[in-house]
Amino acid sequence: MPLVILTIILAACHPSPPKTNKGVASPFLVQAEKGSHSPPTSHPDSASRQKNAPLILATTTSVQDCGLLDLLVPLFEAQSGYLVKTVAVGSGQALQMGADGNADVLLVHDPTAELQFMAEGYGKDRVPVMHNNFLLVGPPEDPAQAKAKPILEALQAIANTQAYFISRGDDSGTYQVEMSLWKTIGYNPQGQSWYIETGQGMGASLIIASEKRGYLLADQATFLSYQDKLNLEPIVEGTQALQNIYHVITVNPQVFPRANYEAALAFVQFLTAPETQKHIGEFGVQKYGKPLFFPAADLGFGE
Amino acid sequence: MISELSEVIQITFLSLQISGAATLISLLIGLPLGTLLGLGNFGGRQLLLSLVNTGMGLPPVVVGLFVAMLLWRSGPLGGLNLIYTPTAIVIAQVIIAAPVVTGLTAAALQSLDPRLRLQLLGLGASRWQLVFELWREARLPLLAALMAGFGAVISEIGASMMVGGNIRYQTRVLTTAIVLETGKGNFDLATRLAILLFVITFLVNWALTRIQQKATHQ
Repeated sequence: MPLVILTIILAACHPSPPKTNKGVASPFLVQAEKGSHSPPTSHPDSASRQKNAPLILATTTSVQDCGLLDLLVPLFEAQSGYLVKTVAVGSGQALQMGADGNADVLLVHDPTAELQFMAEGYGKDRVPVMHNNFLLVGPPEDPAQAKAKPILEALQAIANTQAYFISRGDDSGTYQVEMSLWKTIGYNPQGQSWYIETGQGMGASLIIASEKRGYLLADQATFLSYQDKLNLEPIVEGTQALQNIYHVITVNPQVFPRANYEAALAFVQFLTAPETQKHIGEFGVQKYGKPLFFPAADLGFGE
Repeated sequence: MISELSEVIQITFLSLQISGAATLISLLIGLPLGTLLGLGNFGGRQLLLSLVNTGMGLPPVVVGLFVAMLLWRSGPLGGLNLIYTPTAIVIAQVIIAAPVVTGLTAAALQSLDPRLRLQLLGLGASRWQLVFELWREARLPLLAALMAGFGAVISEIGASMMVGGNIRYQTRVLTTAIVLETGKGNFDLATRLAILLFVITFLVNWALTRIQQKATHQ
């Protein structure tokens, strides 16, 4: 039944002559683009944009929530002429979208899962883009007395005092780091009444932590950009164990012929270009007093 | 501030376009199908009617999931490149609204006095004249069916999020924008969007109700 309906609609939506597989021949899309909004960067040649098939970018919520993509995506669109469809999910889900061929390019921060993704042949190129740190944040009153302790001791203190701990509880890169830290201290918090799994993005989880007066492992970028809405402060920061590296990965066109590799590669080149790297390093400095991300060049490794 | 306003306007118009188109298509499907189910007499009619009535309660996330699975590149219709487009949301919303319009149309026509049908046939009405007269007679509940269909899709979020992806300037509609802004902690903007959604739903229903009530006094 739904299929019958679907067929009818598809016919209704596309009375137009057979499409070439480039571009989405949706009347709505065209209208949306022409709509009353004024894109931050105007696209002088909308015809060229239509020629280029859109790029599906699957990415982690942290990059979207802190506003970095709102800066970078319009720049890329203006420079390359590609229309970007950004889907912000956890790193795990983003990698899954890549493994299913449902995305063209990924911007993620879960190195272990990324390496497996590459080893399985789903990815073509993998390049570091930027980095920052995770930090443990919590309520100013610090019920677990975890402040300035090494991260593992801090977590142990939280577990001992049974203070609220908010976990992403999804497949995000942040969650993977959190899980590996719990594993290191040999404690499994899942199922404890003080351990709250939100299943939501970084920003939403921060707000829940603030409301519940709980601790949470957050990435620096999202925390800084949300700070004024939160009643949370950094508890533990700046340890090597909490380094957070973002990579951009192109989906392998040999495995997924439908992948828009050309656009994906253009996106990788854009992200790693010196000018973009400068933008990334300066992002948020004016507003938050310090950068949210550091350019990958700082890492000092070329892969 | 200005740019935020223009983005809100863009989101609002997109919501109206998508849900308006979905409601219209649902009407084109639901009116004939509901008429057939309400007035027809054929084998399997009751089964079909039960299916349609079940469809009236389809959770939008379930519809979203199935439509997404069809439209993902890895899905059977992936080659159409429809995932994360407004068209994809329209498709999902039609699947949500069409059963509502169909079911309520069938119910509206069945609630008419059966003698009216006999009388019209007795007066020598053709098949089409009969249907047209019955629609006229049932115009109040039929417009209510339309309003219910629109109400179902303008307020729906699960399907829009899943097949649309909540992409800025492209598939971000009022409901998905409200979720996003709430998640970002921008409760001011979320509240403003929520009020806007309410006002728009009210205005559309007010217009339809006016048409409906005008029809009564003819």
